[in-house]
Amino acid sequence: MNLLITNGRVIDPSQELDGKLDVLIEDGRIARVDRKIRADVEAFDADGLVVTPGFIDLHTHLREPGQEHKETIATGTRAAVAGGYTAVCAMANTIPPNDERAVTEMIIAEAARNGSCRVYPVGAVSKGLKGEELAELADLRGAGCVAVSDDGKPVWNAQLMRRALEYASMLDMPVVVHEEDAHLNEGGVMHEGYYSTLLGLAGIPAASEETLVARDVILAQLTRAHLHIAHLSTAGAVESVRAARSAGVNVTCEAAPHHIALLDEAVQSFSTNLKMNPPLRSSEHRKALLAGIADGTIDVIATDHAPHHFDEKNVEFDLAPFGVIGLETAFSVCYDRLVRSKVIDLPRLVELLSCAPARVFRLPGGTLQAGSLGDVTVIDLDAPYTVAAPFVSKASNSAFLGEKLRGRAVATIVGGRIRFDLRAPAAEPQPKKAPKKHKR
Amino acid sequence: MRTANSALRSKDLLGIEQLSPEDITLILDTAEGFKEVSERPVKKVPALRGQLVINLFMEASTRTRVSFEIAEKRLSADTLNFAASGSSVEKGETLIDTAENLMAMHPDMIVIRHKYPGAPKMLAERLPASIINAGDGGHEHPTQALLDAFTIRERLGRLQGVNVSIIGDIAHSRVVRSNIHLLTKMKANVTIAGPPTLIPMDIERMGVRVVHSLQQAIQGADVIMMLRIQLERQGKLTFPSLREYYNTFGLTPERLRGAKEGVIVMHPGPMNRGVEIASDVADGPWSVILEQVTNGVAVRMAVLYLLGGAHMGGE
Repeated sequence: MNLLITNGRVIDPSQELDGKLDVLIEDGRIARVDRKIRADVEAFDADGLVVTPGFIDLHTHLREPGQEHKETIATGTRAAVAGGYTAVCAMANTIPPNDERAVTEMIIAEAARNGSCRVYPVGAVSKGLKGEELAELADLRGAGCVAVSDDGKPVWNAQLMRRALEYASMLDMPVVVHEEDAHLNEGGVMHEGYYSTLLGLAGIPAASEETLVARDVILAQLTRAHLHIAHLSTAGAVESVRAARSAGVNVTCEAAPHHIALLDEAVQSFSTNLKMNPPLRSSEHRKALLAGIADGTIDVIATDHAPHHFDEKNVEFDLAPFGVIGLETAFSVCYDRLVRSKVIDLPRLVELLSCAPARVFRLPGGTLQAGSLGDVTVIDLDAPYTVAAPFVSKASNSAFLGEKLRGRAVATIVGGRIRFDLRAPAAEPQPKKAPKKHKR
Repeated sequence: MRTANSALRSKDLLGIEQLSPEDITLILDTAEGFKEVSERPVKKVPALRGQLVINLFMEASTRTRVSFEIAEKRLSADTLNFAASGSSVEKGETLIDTAENLMAMHPDMIVIRHKYPGAPKMLAERLPASIINAGDGGHEHPTQALLDAFTIRERLGRLQGVNVSIIGDIAHSRVVRSNIHLLTKMKANVTIAGPPTLIPMDIERMGVRVVHSLQQAIQGADVIMMLRIQLERQGKLTFPSLREYYNTFGLTPERLRGAKEGVIVMHPGPMNRGVEIASDVADGPWSVILEQVTNGVAVRMAVLYLLGGAHMGGE
């Protein structure tokens, strides 16, 4: 696959590039980044656009196998490229869970058949995600898993957590943790604070996340293994990571766009598209996340893309499943809330979305250096984007419905092939049924 | 044609939070007129003749359901009672489907009681009928707060400056939230009391004083409102035993000795005698508990009338 991307503003934080350059991809890999390249290959004119290493999402729920009514590997990866992602890490909480080689191989095979971007499976930490005994981590690694996680639930047993860290360190892969104390959370559906009190909804205290983060950074210190904390959402968790990092603990972490952008007070609408776990937090927590992103404590922005069917979300707030989709909106939301709001600059955002995820999970990509994967995202910083259903994703449970944003990915190139081009949509998204309306 | 203070501005009554002090006064003043209807030999006015009101009670209720039904009948509305048990809800039908099906039969108003916060709002956003919240989880119970206010106003002549202490399971109570909204809007002073395990986070931001002693709550109060302790919470780490609860927060005649002259004791019901309130208090001279029930009908008539009137106005 050969492609010449011309006249774009190339931002590659991995080599501190930021300038008007051309990018030549040959045989699916980056051949050269230079001024005015001449090559007799297909050209993509990126004049006025930004060209970056392809985005990589460390936290995606593709739902296949088992919950194809919510999303499939095909639709989830189509949503990914529509958001500028060239690779996603598929979480293990499928049905059956990805706790054995056969499931990993199925995911990889289906992604090769019908995927629009690269898919890196994340294996389970424990058999059946039950938190009782280790899954066959070496076999999972051998089959292609890049990390292990029981995401969706915490690893409640501290001994199991310690052993998982030790064992995974032998396999050179991180243990990814979802930090939540189920007892502190009992029945909780939103952040515990003034608004949970006002709405009479059961709260999820910040301490629920913070107590487990504190435990796990201590275990990471003990084992010298690589701990990666998923979807950090509280000030205390950011502070724990900051302190552990400065003490030399091998801990990395990610934050999700919805936690960066939104507050618990929005739940006053009772919209089930604002229900996720961890929940939207109060403003002091959000401020701490922004500070963590600005000072580098937070390594990565990951979407926690969690598609659910319309029917599953069209119920009382208490009864709705946790989770929101995020692949298609992540860049636009982060560009609005982080770059346009001057928390960080654009190269730092590109780093958070591409170089840093590659580094943290030790994945190929995340750079435009010669010889690396020909995975490139092209962004139009001025393109208006009103978030609305239908999405490319099968699901429409977005926390940002109705938001008017500016700046979005307009083309996504995977291995030198254009897999998404806003100017020439490859496939028509399926029309969605609108909710029934009564005459007024 | 309506004047500004002859009807509520909104289609629905979802909570007290959205009401203005003028709305509240309008409802209470209207209820005064309706209270008199209930004292007539023929307890009926034709105000809602031809209107269909569905009472959609998805959670157990005696007082509120009966009170609404009586209010509807005294306004000459056609009423239909719907309970979750024995309905297609037991077959797994969703709330929205149930409500849409009922709506297809063109009710003018739906009174809903539901286990989960926000359920009335879900219906209000989707259905053209007026939705009245008869209690949604731990969120709001607006007609209870209105009947409480009616009772306080009738007894003490005013709401402004009245000291109201609300004691008990604050965390799980919809009654307390609606009362706090109403009383603070009407410039009463609200104290809440209970063990810290039953006080939700940051409730002070709703404009109330928080104490953890029954004596402190009683002192200086014009109104003492006791809340039901949900027996099923015993052993759920919120308090050690009903015995200990009664010993620390149960309202007894002895403890009322520290109260102001003329204090009134309220309870939204159902009561647990010997848990949060001694029978000598519940049945004693301080108690206005049965007056609250009587006033409930008048207040609900007022709410139905004001929303029904708005509906007839063709908005």
